[in-house]
Amino acid sequence: MEGLNDLFFTYSTTIGVLGINGLLALSVWLTLYCGQLTLGNAAFMGIAAYSSAILTIRADLPFPLALLAGTLLAGLVSLPLGATVFRLRGVYLAIATLAFGEVIRVAILAIPATGKGQGLVGIPAKTELWQIYLSLAVIAYVLARLRLSTVGRAWSAIREDEVAAASQGIAVRRYKLLAFVLGALIAGWAGGLSAHLNFALQPDEFGFARAVQILVYAVVGGIPNVLGPLLGALLFTGLPEILRGLQEYRDIFQGAVLVLVIVYLPRGLVTLFQLRRTRRLQRVGAADVA
Amino acid sequence: MVEQIYNAIFVGSIYALFALGFTLVFSVLDILNLAHPAIFTVGAFTALFVMQAGVPAPLALVIAFVVCGLLGVLLDRVAFAPLRRRGAPPLSAMISSIGVALILTRLIQLRYGPDLQAYPAGSVPSGVIEVAALQLDGLRLAIIIIALALMVGLTLLVRRSALGRQLRALAEDPRAARILGVNVERAIAATFFISAGLGGVAGVLYGFATNSPYSQMGLPFELKAFTVMVVGGMGSIPGALVGAYLLSFGETASLAFLPSELRDAFAFGLLFVVLLVRPNGLLGQKSPDRL
Repeated sequence: MEGLNDLFFTYSTTIGVLGINGLLALSVWLTLYCGQLTLGNAAFMGIAAYSSAILTIRADLPFPLALLAGTLLAGLVSLPLGATVFRLRGVYLAIATLAFGEVIRVAILAIPATGKGQGLVGIPAKTELWQIYLSLAVIAYVLARLRLSTVGRAWSAIREDEVAAASQGIAVRRYKLLAFVLGALIAGWAGGLSAHLNFALQPDEFGFARAVQILVYAVVGGIPNVLGPLLGALLFTGLPEILRGLQEYRDIFQGAVLVLVIVYLPRGLVTLFQLRRTRRLQRVGAADVA
Repeated sequence: MVEQIYNAIFVGSIYALFALGFTLVFSVLDILNLAHPAIFTVGAFTALFVMQAGVPAPLALVIAFVVCGLLGVLLDRVAFAPLRRRGAPPLSAMISSIGVALILTRLIQLRYGPDLQAYPAGSVPSGVIEVAALQLDGLRLAIIIIALALMVGLTLLVRRSALGRQLRALAEDPRAARILGVNVERAIAATFFISAGLGGVAGVLYGFATNSPYSQMGLPFELKAFTVMVVGGMGSIPGALVGAYLLSFGETASLAFLPSELRDAFAFGLLFVVLLVRPNGLLGQKSPDRL
């Protein structure tokens, strides 16, 4: 028991990061499931991480309130953003959300309260592991239910054929916006949790590299269901820890897995675990994002 | 003032050279090749590698062009060709190019570490040229001239040569091009060779100018190149040139009223506004993917 405790203590940060990465992977799954490639979730995470941390440090707000406020702020920003960028599709949408991410990164560097380039330090460690995993379980469950609901079917229809979906009376823009805002809220929640898990925040944490990372989790894991993104986050957070000695080869491993999955298993690793029959029914994955 | 204009021309030339390779692949194949910045970096480090072995700078530039060009062809074979055969949508290719970018960047870091490097002392030519009482940095002048020559060369190649006709046919309609006897795979390989070669040369030139190549040096250019391409019109070669100089002059001018840490805000603000107001850009012809 003692030994197990030690093991848990040594890896508790990693376990926390794993859960947060799971949340982030789910946040981008929403738009991918809807057939849209957006790269703004790292920025939503950053918005919530900074605002909630500033609230707990400077305004002495209780952690749950700060977390909620940060998350809502991310959602609030995503609403007008989504309403404008969803006039675009495909590569234009990806670029627009990426540009938004850069604008947020530059804004963090310019606002004095964020500590600018030096980063924000002295954030109280309030996040407990059970909070991360409880929210992960709840959100994963809700999304899994949502996928099978009317909303989920509308998202599928939009992904398969936008014009056909619209002609069936599906409010395409509204459903896309819903996926986008929900994703922003989840990313924001993950950001607030992660800010209070670590002692400090750096503006670079929420840039292009993070946006790509989140995308990689979801795409490699697979889009057909909510287990895919979780699997991707587990693989890319857990394996480098197990292969400690190979830490510096991590990017090479990730890059190679990414290329191999896209080329040979375009619907993600999760399809490996499915029966052939269901696989045929659920032809959803990175291959379908367009 | 003159100093700043000169610098804007220099930066714009690097933007243009970088964005041309990017835009060439996009116009022919509709792929946003996110490994392009990594190839830019590989260019700078290839030059570093051979110059440390005593190769003179001009020859190093040529070597980097060829090495990066071949790397581009390899990239296509590994990351894009299998997707093309399957008929996968262009965004799959974009994601798989991210994988290649991760690998290339880390390989450079394994060899050279994450820190700034420098070319061997005295190996990069330097000097000041006086033009009509103006003192101009000779290296930058040479870089501007090389960049302009490559831009003209590429434009002529696409407009006038047989290969250029094939590329334009391919961009228009790959299936029709194949039926009309275009060797599609060969034309695509040529596209990647030229695109990656230009990207590599841009990397070398920028590496020379700053004399501090580092493993992530391509990343800022990637984001700037999005602005350049979107402002000029995705896939338009003259558009990329216009966009590049528009951006570099705009950035220089914006420094007059923006604090330096907000310098990048100009590029991304511009990108954002153009995407929303005029997504096919200033000179874009293809109707963009827009509702």
